[in-house]
Amino acid sequence: MKPRVAVHKFASCDGCQLAFLNAGEDLLTISTLVELVHFAEAGPVDPDARVDIAFIEGSITTPHDIDRIQRIRKNCKYLVTIGACATAGGLQALRNYANAEQWVPEIYAQPEYIQSLDTSTPIRDHVDVDFELWGCPISTQQLLVVLRDMLSNIKPHIRQEKVCMECKRNQNICVMVTQGSPCMGPVTQAGCGAICPGVGRDCYACFGPSENANTTALANRFEGFGFLPQDIIRRFRFINNNATVYKAEAEKWSAKND
Amino acid sequence: MTSNVNFLAKAGLQTLIDNLVSLGYECIGPQVRDHAIVYDVITNIADLPVGIIDIQSPGQYRLEQTGDKNYFRWNNGPQAIKPLVFKPEEPIWSCQKSPDGNLRFEKNMISVKKRAVIGVRACDIAALFLQDKHFLHDHNKDEYYRDRRQELLLIAANCTKSAATCFCNSTGDGPRAHYGYDISLTELADGLLVHTLSEQGENVIKELELRTASQEELAEADSLINEAAEQQRSLPSHNLKDMLFSKLKDARWQQIAERCLSCGNCTSVCPTCFCHSENEKPAMNGEVSQHTRQWDSCFSQEHSYIHGITIRSETQYRYRQWLTHKFGSWHDQYGRCGCVGCGRCISWCPVGIDVTEELNAFANGA
Ligand code: SF4
Ligand code: SF4
Repeated sequence: MKPRVAVHKFASCDGCQLAFLNAGEDLLTISTLVELVHFAEAGPVDPDARVDIAFIEGSITTPHDIDRIQRIRKNCKYLVTIGACATAGGLQALRNYANAEQWVPEIYAQPEYIQSLDTSTPIRDHVDVDFELWGCPISTQQLLVVLRDMLSNIKPHIRQEKVCMECKRNQNICVMVTQGSPCMGPVTQAGCGAICPGVGRDCYACFGPSENANTTALANRFEGFGFLPQDIIRRFRFINNNATVYKAEAEKWSAKND
Repeated sequence: MTSNVNFLAKAGLQTLIDNLVSLGYECIGPQVRDHAIVYDVITNIADLPVGIIDIQSPGQYRLEQTGDKNYFRWNNGPQAIKPLVFKPEEPIWSCQKSPDGNLRFEKNMISVKKRAVIGVRACDIAALFLQDKHFLHDHNKDEYYRDRRQELLLIAANCTKSAATCFCNSTGDGPRAHYGYDISLTELADGLLVHTLSEQGENVIKELELRTASQEELAEADSLINEAAEQQRSLPSHNLKDMLFSKLKDARWQQIAERCLSCGNCTSVCPTCFCHSENEKPAMNGEVSQHTRQWDSCFSQEHSYIHGITIRSETQYRYRQWLTHKFGSWHDQYGRCGCVGCGRCISWCPVGIDVTEELNAFANGA
């Protein structure tokens, strides 16, 4: 019997699900290897089906999300998060720094219809996660590796090296060294293909923290370039603002700023 | 320089390139791209970095247009010859499941072009010779490296100035190229001195408009190269092995680790670093897999991963590995220090960590 796969969505932009849909010919191969039982964006809808692998996009932002993720966990053998939202709470975790009671009524005409939690949190904060794939959005290439490895019954192998390694292999010219740009590459996980430095701009850490990330040394360097504490805080408090090491670094600079 | 040094007018460089092309070489030369000097295909001397100099310091690299008519007054960019012979990433074999269930392995064949590289520095040649020792030793020659290496024609440019980060004088590898090139050039105010060391080199220059260089021209070249040898940085001594291995427990390693990003930029730009990892890229259908190798670094976690444990999980051990290998155990492995004094690891370190400063600090017991 073919392994059964579900792709679920929580608070997110749907971009990571597109990593499946953009897989081209491989998508056809995938459809012969697994049975896609739930993947609303692609067609099949059966949210409570029992599956072998559940891919989760999006973060937990409502009470309903909490119930849903518990049910999914019970119904699957392996649970894999895809993307910055599911893995670190996403860009929307910036709300963890704001006061929802205050801004919700400022934006919505009828705030009583809004039922949301005070925070945006990663899936890991609520249920056990078997594998986390970073990226905003994730790379199709890495997604295929994860799926292929799982189908081969091996632990998915994704390198957690720094973007710099990929950048140098691509023969990009370092934007930090030549332009003094506040590049997050040295503390960010590779996998994107070093796209931003490849077009001459600094990495903004959408793939989340690399292994052994020395955020403090990098932040100190940014300061040496002339960036102010609030600029440095913004570098760390962006797409993956809720990732543990970025969050801690931003807090250090936020304390300095006060 | 010996007496068979010739003088070529600067415009003659175009003829040199044309000759190379008509002899079937792909001509690779220095050019400005994305704020740095890089080596890439070149057909016209107008694409050379005319008037450009590089201002380098720890963690910083800037180009400046001087407005002069020099083609080779710069020192170096982020890469030497390494990427031309040791590819940053390449498939080496693939493996396919046969219908009978057996695995069939197939080597990845490459076709190699004849290539001429213009503007190679003395330190780049020294680094290439070090890589030769690694990739071409005795029984285990690396075929990919060997095939590309064999087809290289090297046109050296002697350095007539040094960057602040250069210390080739201290490693003994520059600023003048003494070996390993086919043709060498020394750029003077209004011409180039040309010297050859190989038959291929002779063959390339034989149709150029050359005349024997005058004593004054030779003296001008010497004085420029001597000036380039006056450098700001140096190593504490030639062989640092015993010194470094006596400092394995030094507190300084951790102090460096506080500044070091463990990013591997230093090893990636180093023209002698050869570490790589090998990775499997299985096709989605699970029937075929491509085995590739790619540049790795002693600064990455997986570099020291051995079935279940990471030997060097902390940055201090990774930095110690880089320094003790490059400046220490290379002597046992390859009979000399692994550094040629190009200074790249100093300039291209995003946080400006300077190997010469660290080595001198260790040597002075600081
Ligand atoms: S160790 Fe640094 S200075 Fe020495 S060859 Fe490598 S990059 Fe150049
Ligand atoms: S020494 Fe510099 S370039 Fe090398 S790993 Fe450390 S921070 Fe990166």
